[in-house]
Amino acid sequence: MSQSAPIRIDLQLIADMVEPGGRALDIGCGDGSLLAYLVNFKQVDARGMELSQAGVNACVAGGLSVIQGDADTDLHDYPEQAFDYVILSQTLQATREPRAVLEQMLRVGKRAIVSFPNFAHWHVRLRLVFGGRMPETPSLPHKWYDTPNIHLCSIDDFRALCRTMGVTIERAVVLNRNSRRIHMPPLLANLFGEQAVFMLQRD
Amino acid sequence: MFDDLTDAESKALAQCRHAVLGSDRPMRLDCGVELGPFRIAYQTYGTLDAGKSNAVLVCHPLTCDQFVAGQHPVTGKEGWWETLIGPGKVLDPARYFIICVNVLGHCMGSTGPQAREPATGEAWNLRFPVVTIADMVRAQAALLDHLGIPDLFCVIGGSMGGMQVLEWAASYPSRVFAAVPIACAAHHSAQNIAFHEVGRQAIMADPDWKGGDYRAHQVVPARGLAVARMTAHITYLSEQALQRKFGRSLQNRDAVGFGFDADFQVESYLRHQGSTFVDRFDANSYLYITRAMDYFDLAGAHGGVLANAFKGSPTRFCLMSFTSDWLFPTRESRTVVHALNAAAANVSFVEIASDKGHDAFLLDEPEMFRTFAGFLQGAANARGLRNGK
Repeated sequence: MSQSAPIRIDLQLIADMVEPGGRALDIGCGDGSLLAYLVNFKQVDARGMELSQAGVNACVAGGLSVIQGDADTDLHDYPEQAFDYVILSQTLQATREPRAVLEQMLRVGKRAIVSFPNFAHWHVRLRLVFGGRMPETPSLPHKWYDTPNIHLCSIDDFRALCRTMGVTIERAVVLNRNSRRIHMPPLLANLFGEQAVFMLQRD
Repeated sequence: MFDDLTDAESKALAQCRHAVLGSDRPMRLDCGVELGPFRIAYQTYGTLDAGKSNAVLVCHPLTCDQFVAGQHPVTGKEGWWETLIGPGKVLDPARYFIICVNVLGHCMGSTGPQAREPATGEAWNLRFPVVTIADMVRAQAALLDHLGIPDLFCVIGGSMGGMQVLEWAASYPSRVFAAVPIACAAHHSAQNIAFHEVGRQAIMADPDWKGGDYRAHQVVPARGLAVARMTAHITYLSEQALQRKFGRSLQNRDAVGFGFDADFQVESYLRHQGSTFVDRFDANSYLYITRAMDYFDLAGAHGGVLANAFKGSPTRFCLMSFTSDWLFPTRESRTVVHALNAAAANVSFVEIASDKGHDAFLLDEPEMFRTFAGFLQGAANARGLRNGK
C-alpha cells in the first residue's frame, strides 16, 4: 500500500513516538492508514486488529497484517511483551473495560500509546453547563443514545488512572481544537486540550 | 512398475509430470510403514526464477487434483482453480512458478491403494498403508527436494488443501514464506468425521466393492461411491445456495410422480454429481483420503496446544473463511488465528460474506481474490520478489 498522503494529525503524533524497526500492534486500526505509515516510513513490523470486517478486508487487501478482533476480548491471545508498542487510537473510550484493556496492552507490549478525546475540554464543559444537553463536538459528534463512547474521560482522569495502575507516563502530548500542540500546565491543558496522546510504560 | 493404470490415470499421467521418490530411502509414514518407491504426479505452471524464490505450492482439496488450471485431461473441464490461476490472474504463471501435487493416496497418478506393492507385485488395495495429511506434505517436501526447490514463497489451499497448508507451516516453517489456509480447520470435527463415515459406509456396502478388490473382479462400486459423493456434496453447499438453486422445483415434469424417480431438481442434480464423480475418482482412494482428513489434528500432534505447532514461526499467514460455510465454519479459522497470535506469528484473517457455503472458495468470490492479491503483494514486497504485471 503506497501511503504518501499525510495521515491524521493524532496518528502522525503516534507515529512520531514509534522508534523505527520495532514491532507494533494497532488496535482498532480502521482502514490501516497508521499501519501503512508505520510499515512504509518507519520499517515497523506492524500488525492490526479491527472490529469491522470491512476494515479488516480493506487492510489485508492492501498488504497489511490485520485480523478481526476486539480490544476487550482478543488481547488475551497474545504472549507477554510480544510487541514494542501497542497502540490504541481514539478507541479507549469505546471499550467495555478501559482499565483492563490498558493492563492487557501493557502486558502484550513494552509500551502502550493511547489517544483519546478530552471530556474536560472547555467546549464540552460549556455545552453541558450552559446548554444543559449532552455535549456534541467535532471530536464527539454522536447523540447520547447512539454513541460508541461509553467510557469518556478527561486528561486528568486518565492521569489519575495511570497513577492508580502504577503506570509511568513517558510522554504526553495535548492538542487544541485546531489540532495544534499546546504546552500548558496540567490544569490548563485539561481545559484547552481537545485530545491527548500518551505513551505509557509499566514501572 | 507401479500399477495397471485405468484410462483416467493413464490420461492424467500423460498430461502432467511425475517423479519416482523413495527409491534410495523409503519414506516413513505416520502409521510406521516405510513406503518406497512411490510415484508423485504433479503439474506446474510458469518458470522457476534464477533465485528459486518464486515457487508457489497449491494444495488440492479432497476431490480435486493437480490440474488446477487448464483443461482437465479426464473430464475435459477447466481447472478447478481457474479463477485464481492463469495469465493476468492473481497467481500469474508469468510471475510465479506454480506447483500442484496430486496427494499421496489419491488416484490421478500418485501412488495410492490402486498401485502395486513393490514387494509382491500385487495391487495394494486395502493393504495400502493409511496415509495422513502430514504424510501427503512429507511426500510434497520430498518432491521439492527432488526438484531442487529449497523453499516456497507461498503455500495455498482450501479445505483439505488448507489442512496441508497448516501442516506445511507447522512441519517445515523455514520452507514456507507465506501460508494461505482457506476454509479449513486445524482438526476434523466429530461432524466432519461423521459425514465421511457415511460416505465410506456407502462405498463398503456396495456389493461391487468386494472388500476393496473390485479391480480384480473388473467391477467398480459405482453406486456406493456415487452416494458418498452425493452426501459430501450436500456438505459443500449452504442451505441458502441449495434453496436458491433448486427450491422445490421439479425435474422435467409438472407434478410429482408418486414414485422414486428424481422428481425434484435437487435429486437429479445430486445423482448427476454422483455418477460423474465415479468416472474420475477411485473408491478406495476415497476411503484413504477421507481417513487422512479425519486423522488430522494439528494440536493433538503438538502436545494438545495448537500454538506449539507454530512456535517461532517465521511464516506470514493469511486465513480466510466464509460466513455460510458450515463444514469448516469461521470459528475453526479463528481458533487457528488465536493460536498464531499466541505464538506471536504474523497473521491476517478475513471472513468473507458469501451464501455459497464451503464451496465458495472454489467459486468466483472477488473479495477472496482481492484479499489474496493484497496479501501476496505484501509478501512479495517483504521477500523482495520482482514486480509482475
